[in-house]
Amino acid sequence: MATQHSRSAARIMMAPAVILLLGWMLIPLTMTLVFSFKRYLPLRGGDLGWTGFDNYVRFVSSSAFWPSVQTTLIIVGGVLIITIFFGVLLSMLLDQPMWGQGIVRILVIAPFFVMPTVSALVWKNMFMDPVNGLFAHLWKAFGAQPIEWLSDLSLFSIILIVSWQWLPFATLILLTAIQSLDSEQLEAAEMDGAPPLSRFAFIVLPHLSRAITIVVLIQTIFLLAIFAEIFVTTSGAFGTRTLTYLIFQRVLESQNVGLGSAGGVYAIILANIVAIFLMRIVGKNLDT
Amino acid sequence: MARSVTTRRKTINTAVAWAIGFLIFFPILWTILTSFKTEAQAINDPPLFLFFDWTLENYAVVQERSDYMRFLWNSVIIAGGSTVLGLMIAIPAAWSMAFVPSKRTKDILMWMLSTKMLPAVGVLYPIYLLFIQLGLLDTRTGLTIVMMLINLPIIVWMLYTYFKEIPGEILEAARMDGASLKEEILYILTPMAIPGIASTMLLNFILAWNEAFWTLNLTAAKAAPLTAFIASYSSPEGLFYAKLSAASTMAIAPILILGWFSQKQLVRGLTFGAVK
Amino acid sequence: MGQITLNQITKSFGDVQVIPPLDLQINDGEFVVFVGPSGCGKSTLLRLIAGLEDTTSGEINIDGRDATEVPPAKRGLAMVFQSYALYPHMSVRKNIAFPLRMAGLDKAAQDAKVEAAAKVLNLTDYLERRPGQLSGGQRQRVAIGRAIVREPAAFLFDEPLSNLDAALRVNMRLEISELHQSLETTMIYVTHDQVEAMTMADKIVVLQAGVIEQVGSPLDLYHTPKNKFVAGFIGSPKMNFLMGGYAAEFDATTIGVRPEHLSVSATEGKWQGKVGVSEHLGSDTFLYVDIEGLDEPLTVRSSGEVALRHGDIVHLTPDPEKIHRFDNQGLRMA
Repeated sequence: MATQHSRSAARIMMAPAVILLLGWMLIPLTMTLVFSFKRYLPLRGGDLGWTGFDNYVRFVSSSAFWPSVQTTLIIVGGVLIITIFFGVLLSMLLDQPMWGQGIVRILVIAPFFVMPTVSALVWKNMFMDPVNGLFAHLWKAFGAQPIEWLSDLSLFSIILIVSWQWLPFATLILLTAIQSLDSEQLEAAEMDGAPPLSRFAFIVLPHLSRAITIVVLIQTIFLLAIFAEIFVTTSGAFGTRTLTYLIFQRVLESQNVGLGSAGGVYAIILANIVAIFLMRIVGKNLDT
Repeated sequence: MARSVTTRRKTINTAVAWAIGFLIFFPILWTILTSFKTEAQAINDPPLFLFFDWTLENYAVVQERSDYMRFLWNSVIIAGGSTVLGLMIAIPAAWSMAFVPSKRTKDILMWMLSTKMLPAVGVLYPIYLLFIQLGLLDTRTGLTIVMMLINLPIIVWMLYTYFKEIPGEILEAARMDGASLKEEILYILTPMAIPGIASTMLLNFILAWNEAFWTLNLTAAKAAPLTAFIASYSSPEGLFYAKLSAASTMAIAPILILGWFSQKQLVRGLTFGAVK
Repeated sequence: MGQITLNQITKSFGDVQVIPPLDLQINDGEFVVFVGPSGCGKSTLLRLIAGLEDTTSGEINIDGRDATEVPPAKRGLAMVFQSYALYPHMSVRKNIAFPLRMAGLDKAAQDAKVEAAAKVLNLTDYLERRPGQLSGGQRQRVAIGRAIVREPAAFLFDEPLSNLDAALRVNMRLEISELHQSLETTMIYVTHDQVEAMTMADKIVVLQAGVIEQVGSPLDLYHTPKNKFVAGFIGSPKMNFLMGGYAAEFDATTIGVRPEHLSVSATEGKWQGKVGVSEHLGSDTFLYVDIEGLDEPLTVRSSGEVALRHGDIVHLTPDPEKIHRFDNQGLRMA
């Protein structure tokens, strides 16, 4: 409800944000689409003309494509499972009465604020280094042979690092959701004779389902795009080349823009599928 | 009603929670501790926890590399500049959506959110190309603009959810009192929304500070922020653990502190208000 | 000056017309109350006059000038909102001075006007406080102060007392009436409470579904309501309506009798009934009398104490001069 005057003012005031984002989205997207149909090698002749769907076919049929999709899914899936499983446990623990809850919260949330390059470096050198890393010391202390984490257990190591970064996020959101659970519901269930495990399964978990969905979707968007962690630790070697990293390599390392752009379009489609689900959920929430 | 629990139960809760909290925080703690060791002590076997010769030497060394300050300065400029720029563009937009909603408001908000989901790698080369053409590659200006653009949807969304909590009657009162649109936003809305604006600033500063994809790919020597500075340590440098730790500590400390202040807003901002 | 003329104005939200073509004349210095049930369009009408909403068609004339397209600030009107709409981050002084600051008055002139308004409204001791530290009544006064300093052509009040408790409401009602008498400025006041309308207004505008049912002085409306709606809305307790045979006797479809125009007798009268509930207020007694053939009990207001209780048989007689007759359209019959 407003006057014509304020409505037109509103349009004008919204314009910069809308125009900027529209430009930010459309211009590069159009360029990517155009490049994807071209043979485009900036260092070896530049724009070599249209090739139809050649790049799309080549990108999918390259030996690196399916492994990269697989790697991407393993990393995303692995991190999701770990962060949500431990996130639920941790948030329920943090919801219990205890001394120094605020401090524990601060300790738990901290990794989220560490920049990805720092966390990757710290884990790579100070923990996972097979000679001087803390894990190597620990293994040696028990007489075991230190593990070459980033080459022998490369995927697991990356999942571990990324999970460490995202566990705080999952925990914080789930904790917020748990705190909004009406404790009378739990007490009513207790009066009805439900043992703790059933109370968790029938009341707490359904209450958390929405928060869990949101965690899954938001993390998926960020995890599909993880870059710095791989860039710093393995540079895509030892089977840690994700789709994002593969495209990055095609574009910047082998300077095959056409091929990389076709890969980019695949990545955009993949992200959009996830996005549609997220928007549904957030959109529903707007009405309430 | 919170139920009272036995002291025993509370003690167990506390012990378990503190242990887990400590474990999660440990890598950061370890980095901070190592930053105070000499390089030899940093790789000592067995590892030294508290009983070593505490030294500030590493900080001095990292500080002395004149370029550290430049990286830091770049980070501050890019994160701060993009946040301020973003707010200047987002406040009017959020005002429009919160107080003059139309049938399309929701669609526009959702669309803005969708731009956030565009995988960066998909448009890396076009942006790279545009940056070369516009002379923005490896400039703070260019990176500030990109950071502003990728965070703009979050800024608009957060401000929108905060503005919606301000009663429209107060803005109408200002309008009746003769305030122009600019005065209404400047003298009434902004001061009333200061807490919300502050947490939006904080969260976006953090996100921009930690962003690593664009900062690594669009900068070289001149405009590189701390993310890139730290990444330059990625070659095997076992002998420089202590200095790496000192640099890392300096890179994350300010943001860690800011982050602890804004943890509540983080939930709201990153879930676009879907979890409160 | 504060003469406001509404000429064939309409308002639609999308396809829904909330105010069909409407004419209204508000004279300078008048205290006009818009009253009606919630959703009747009275607040929308006020917001149209304020300029906070656009008219869909028609013309709003303020002091002989077409103000239909004029932005709110330029109409020379001041508004007091239901929620007071004080600026929470400003002191009382700054709140009251805000319109003056926007008008570009210099600091000294601002201060002088604020002090004067504060004195009138007993706010002098609270000028440095924030709205959050004030009671409901004080906040209300600050809102009024903010309106007064502008020396507007007319004051607009949007249900200003509905957030106050009952005792305070009576006080503020008096204060606003006194203010009107001392300022002699046009005031337009929106309320759903007919008691406020009756006690404060020079002229009451009764609205229903965006349509003006009747315009007139409080006593006009009380004595000669144009239709059943106005008759039922004005007056407390509500007018009793009787239909069927009871009305036919008076050649009407419906007759209305106000509770205070029914006399009670234990022995004889026109209508016989049984006392359902009796409410003893001391000054008055309200009796709810069940009468055969009527769906709802008749309300009777007797002054003083009446020693009747549940189940007693009573006889009621209406004052023949005070019977309102309505036709099958619900309109008043001469």
